[in-house]
Amino acid sequence: MTSGGEALIRALSDEKIDIIFGYPGGAALHIYDAIYQQDKVQHILVRHEQAAVHAADGFARATGKTGVALVTSGPGATNAITGIATAYMDSIPLVVISGQVASHLIGTDAFQETDMIGISRPIVKHSFLVQSAEEIPAIVKKAFHIASSGRPGPVVIDVPKDMTDPKVEFEYKFPKDLYLRSYPILGKADPTEVSDAVKMLKAAKKPVIYSGGGVIQSDASEELVNLSKMIGAPVTNTLMGLGAFPATDNQFIGMLGMHGTYEANMVMSEADLIFNVGARFDDRITNNPKKFGLEAKKIHIDSDPSSIDKIINVDVALQGDAKLVLSQLCKEFENSKLKNTDLKPWWGQINEWKEKHGLNHNMLNLENQKDIILPQQVIQSLYKVTKGKAFITSDVGQHQMFAAQYYKFDEPRKWINSGGLGTMGFGLPSAMGVKFAFPDADVACVTGEGSIQMCIQELSTCSQYGLPVKIINLNNRALGMVKQWQDMQYGGRYSSISYEDSLPDFVKLAESFGHVGLKVEKFSELNEAMEEAFSLKDKLVFLDVLIDPDEHVYPMLEAGGSMSEMRISKKDKTF
Amino acid sequence: MLSHIAILMENQPGALSRVVGLFSQRGYNIDSLSVAPTQDPTLSRLTMTTSENSEIINQILRQLFKLVDVVMVQNLTEAEAYSIELAIIKLIAPQEKVEQIISKANNLEGKILNEQDGHTMFEIWGDSADIDTLLASLKDEEFLEVTRSGLLGMTKGNVALNTNDQTKISYE
Ligand SMILES: Cc1ncc(C[n+]2csc(CCOP(=O)(O)OP(=O)(O)O)c2C)c(N)n1
Ligand SMILES: [Mg+2]
Repeated sequence: MTSGGEALIRALSDEKIDIIFGYPGGAALHIYDAIYQQDKVQHILVRHEQAAVHAADGFARATGKTGVALVTSGPGATNAITGIATAYMDSIPLVVISGQVASHLIGTDAFQETDMIGISRPIVKHSFLVQSAEEIPAIVKKAFHIASSGRPGPVVIDVPKDMTDPKVEFEYKFPKDLYLRSYPILGKADPTEVSDAVKMLKAAKKPVIYSGGGVIQSDASEELVNLSKMIGAPVTNTLMGLGAFPATDNQFIGMLGMHGTYEANMVMSEADLIFNVGARFDDRITNNPKKFGLEAKKIHIDSDPSSIDKIINVDVALQGDAKLVLSQLCKEFENSKLKNTDLKPWWGQINEWKEKHGLNHNMLNLENQKDIILPQQVIQSLYKVTKGKAFITSDVGQHQMFAAQYYKFDEPRKWINSGGLGTMGFGLPSAMGVKFAFPDADVACVTGEGSIQMCIQELSTCSQYGLPVKIINLNNRALGMVKQWQDMQYGGRYSSISYEDSLPDFVKLAESFGHVGLKVEKFSELNEAMEEAFSLKDKLVFLDVLIDPDEHVYPMLEAGGSMSEMRISKKDKTF
Repeated sequence: MLSHIAILMENQPGALSRVVGLFSQRGYNIDSLSVAPTQDPTLSRLTMTTSENSEIINQILRQLFKLVDVVMVQNLTEAEAYSIELAIIKLIAPQEKVEQIISKANNLEGKILNEQDGHTMFEIWGDSADIDTLLASLKDEEFLEVTRSGLLGMTKGNVALNTNDQTKISYE
């Protein structure tokens, strides 16, 4: 016989979960007592519920498995909300379990009561309120299935305290099969659409493959590479899709969109065929949708039918799982008797663009380098020292864009950032989740002095569990991305982007938690400090790099314009 | 134009708020809404009208279907369907006067329900637009109260909004 609390933890273990991230409190105490009395599921005590959800999220992004967070009712639940919204926007599979006041108190404004089902409703894929303890194993099973299948997303299970009462026992049964009414999961795409797509791909003179996070979700990198090789077209990745196609491959033209490369954005605006694989024509990509791809035919693969024709109408919609649909396309492409179109002229044009305004990946060798450090150089040094193999988590701001532009990701699931919600504070806790999943891998959090302070308390968690992540702080003494917009659109009126003299001494701060802090102020010290940080294998190192505070992220799409309307530097623009 | 959508959904606490929440969250308007359990007590049927354009309707249908609690969605506007709305109206007027109003109302049928102290309540059914017309024609000083069912509807013939479909989830 088991209690509801025990059943909950046992069901997690039956779902092959061995680690969860959380924070206790009154309504969750029965659950915590059940955790204490078993050893299959390890609980990681964070310092703030937002971090519990981000850590579970980082774990999920790096492994492809479902991440689990556990929080108490009221403030525990509301603190988890930012984490849940972050996962929702990026379609990350999570199960978030929240304690709730006892059933008979619901609706009475009881102590620490909050309507978690109501508050989380718009930012979850689905949610459950437990109404009888015996249902717990079945609810857990349903929650994991919903979170991880189709287009993944977070699922909340709200558990009133009486549902986990140790005095109420029942026979534990983990269901073998479950039935959900009308929960279709798309598999292969319609074969006629597949053959239409192949005809278009073969006929296009200026095709581009634009791939997104969906390719990573469905573990379809290999299939993407195979098809891209057959087509021979340029490939660009969204911020969420980086790593799905190897960045060092010749066909890769960099990230596209708001801070995409010049060549990727030019290719998108001049293409005669845009082939979207698992991306969603997000506004950071399309810029003004009315000026987007006017000359291009469009093909779109998506596992979520509601993404099709939501922002951009397409000619061929391939509704299905990216991995399966890409394999269908590969087969059809191979068997098709149609001739491939010669893409040499197109590549000639692309290489011209690359030459003209492509990113400089060699900035560590800049001539007449002053001793000021450029943010791009920090990322290039990080890339060099980790040989491009590290897991990189990131916060939100200029540093995030520099990391996305200059760290060349060759594998999926290595680049972990909050793309959709843009959550400052995501970097450090998500790095913890990654490190728990891959204890032997290099895990670095690229952050800014603004973002890191949003979840800085987790330095304590890292110290408790001995998590040697590397924090690479691109310290520009300002909320740089906001400042950049103020430079460009508000006449340099710097409203609330500076901390004046209040920044902490990050070295001492790290040391106070038992970590190593290193401060780098001169370019000549950069590589050496980076190497030292990664040579201290079992230490968390906080590398505080003082960078040029005036650097902007370029290219940058001009608001309201087309994808070819970019600023290339402080002086140059294309329009 | 008004679009008419029928939804079959789990009869679960919270299911209705997910459907209604979807509309406010994504900025769609609901013009009318009615909901009640079906023959199968685990399912509810919801009928709604909205005046969004057809591209948005397509989005709405897909977004609705994505909700785990939503089992089936039908666009009644595009199908061959029968639809009707019922209204109950109370006027400060004697029964004889209200009888005249009912008999003169275009394309509507109705009957008196009750009269008390010069207040007459009647029901009337038919097309929503005809009910609008009737309501607009009533005198301000006589009008007291109206409640409307929202448009109900159903497809003709063998197409039906019901299901025994279950997706089986097996491990192994
Ligand atoms: C929680 C949260 N609040 C506000 C913002 C808006 N925002 C975006 S970037 C940014 C500045 C980030 O500063 P920092 O972390 O120092 O990064 P930098 O841009 O300087 O590299 C702000 C405030 C956000 N994305 N997230
Ligand atoms: Mg900064």
